[in-house]
Amino acid sequence: MSVPAATPDRLARFAVSKRRRRTDRFARGMLLAATLIALVPLVLIVYYLLKKGLGAWSVNFFTTDPTGSTFFGGSSIGGIKSAILGTIEMVAVASAIAIPIGLGVALWLVEYGRPTWFAHTVRFFVDVLTGVPSIVFGLFIYIALILGTGSSYAGIKGSLALSLLMLPVVIRSAEVILQLVPGALRESALALGAPRWRVIFRVVLPTALTGMLTGVLLAVARAAGETAPLLFTAGHTNKTNFDLSQFMNSLPYQIYNDVTSPTTAVVNRAWGAALTLVTMILILNLIARLVARRTRLA
Amino acid sequence: MEAASIPSGDRSLLERSPLARLPDRALKYGLTILAGLILVLIVYFFVRLFDEARPAFEASGVFGFVFKNDWNPAAEHYYALPLVLGTLLTSGLALLIGVPVAVATAVYLTELCPRRALSPLTILVELLAAVPSVVYGLWGIFFLAPKLQPAEQWFAETFSFVPFVGGGLVTIPNCFVAGLILAIMILPIVSAIAREVMSTVPPDHKEAALGLGATRWEMIRMAVIPYCRSGIVGGAMLGLGRAIGETIAVTIVIGDSPTLAKHLFGQGYTLAAVIANEFGEATGLHRSALFAAALVLFVLTLLVNAIARLIVLRAARGGRTPQATGGAANVGAAAAVGA
Repeated sequence: MSVPAATPDRLARFAVSKRRRRTDRFARGMLLAATLIALVPLVLIVYYLLKKGLGAWSVNFFTTDPTGSTFFGGSSIGGIKSAILGTIEMVAVASAIAIPIGLGVALWLVEYGRPTWFAHTVRFFVDVLTGVPSIVFGLFIYIALILGTGSSYAGIKGSLALSLLMLPVVIRSAEVILQLVPGALRESALALGAPRWRVIFRVVLPTALTGMLTGVLLAVARAAGETAPLLFTAGHTNKTNFDLSQFMNSLPYQIYNDVTSPTTAVVNRAWGAALTLVTMILILNLIARLVARRTRLA
Repeated sequence: MEAASIPSGDRSLLERSPLARLPDRALKYGLTILAGLILVLIVYFFVRLFDEARPAFEASGVFGFVFKNDWNPAAEHYYALPLVLGTLLTSGLALLIGVPVAVATAVYLTELCPRRALSPLTILVELLAAVPSVVYGLWGIFFLAPKLQPAEQWFAETFSFVPFVGGGLVTIPNCFVAGLILAIMILPIVSAIAREVMSTVPPDHKEAALGLGATRWEMIRMAVIPYCRSGIVGGAMLGLGRAIGETIAVTIVIGDSPTLAKHLFGQGYTLAAVIANEFGEATGLHRSALFAAALVLFVLTLLVNAIARLIVLRAARGGRTPQATGGAANVGAAAAVGA
């Protein structure tokens, strides 16, 4: 059977109609527009943060504590030193708690717990934990450590709430990475006679290290920005203190406090603090991305 | 060549001594205990939360608490319907506005974006998730809400015949702005999941459509979107879960008025916002009522997330490649967790 010649009049039957071409172009334009619209808030936020936040930055801003006064502007309202230090300290302690526990649970889930019902239950509960609203974490710690014991807000309680927040993030991302370690790698090490623990610490973990580091950094970035868990655990104070058993200031809480202030200078300080916080988080995200590029997996 | 056979009596030469096996056992049981601890911890918190919330449920009745309309701390009435409805309203708005834009972004980035622009654009969309919620609140109340007010005023006046939208006072902090901010906040999650699901569409489907003469848009409409439907729905529900639980940004921009939101551009309240605002000085029954609100919030997000995970898992599993299963489900979970 011979194929009919592809003459222009025959080809015309297969041409895309003007209407379809117009719809196609319109739809593609809309999709591009939607993507750009999605980015507009980001651009606006960054612009506003820079515009209003940079104006608040000064040496004084970073080296003095907030004074809590709302009446006058200028230097009498102080800076955000206690907030920065408090955030750094609380997030560091939260990470020190959440990361080992999270990695341990993820390791258990991948190495030991695969087929059992117990592993399924644990994984289900970790899933539950990922969906819990951040303020509920604060309430959990409040119920466990503040209610009925007569003690009050403390930095360590804020850290505990933050670590609860970080835990499911660390477990989930570590689990994903550990599952990506090729089984052949483990099996070769075992076949060479290495005990299980050595396989884990010398083969599996080093391979998965960069991936887990990325996940950990993202969890830390998330914890640094959270306000709700700290509302009823760490409380708010103006002065710098490194004592975890006392009230402790934090960047998100300081911003939250200053947002509703009627004094313009205080609100400007909130913008400056917001710029500081976003800068810290962006740096963490950047480091996480750079680390992710050097992963040996996937 | 003769294969060397291990004399049975010398088997013990190859075994490790019990002492050498100790670290292995210690590690295994240590990690198992850790995992069990997580379980115990979560159950403990849930039980304690319920315990603390019980007085309020006893005073208002479980159904009364959720479905009756009267939140009045001064009079010790704790019926949380305005809060529940406020939560559902703002979250619903967030879905309505956020999901279409997120899906459109995902479609553009996976199908239509020129290769060189792909990486920077993707990073920018994901950066939306890195902004802390308090900064969204700050930006929302000082920039977005005032800027939108004239438009909202015009909208309310032009459509004053529409019951919920029109008429009434347009306040600067209002439900609509809260919904909009939430939409922006859930956009990265929904977009990330949609992108992941869309990248698992088999090229054969797309090429078949193109080969039959479809335009790019028709190909997307015929081959990509139907394939990804359940994955997108799952992603949307994960976004919903996030929107329901969001506290700080909403508290700042919603105006915090514990009456039933009469209209879209007026003030409202949500479960999370009421906890943030009233918990500090609450005592006795009031505090118990706030714990009850937290419990309702917890159960709500639990349900939404469970359904979402079910959908995402089923979308990834039903007749797809094993790679898609792992990829979509894992990234779905990781994306939800990371945001």
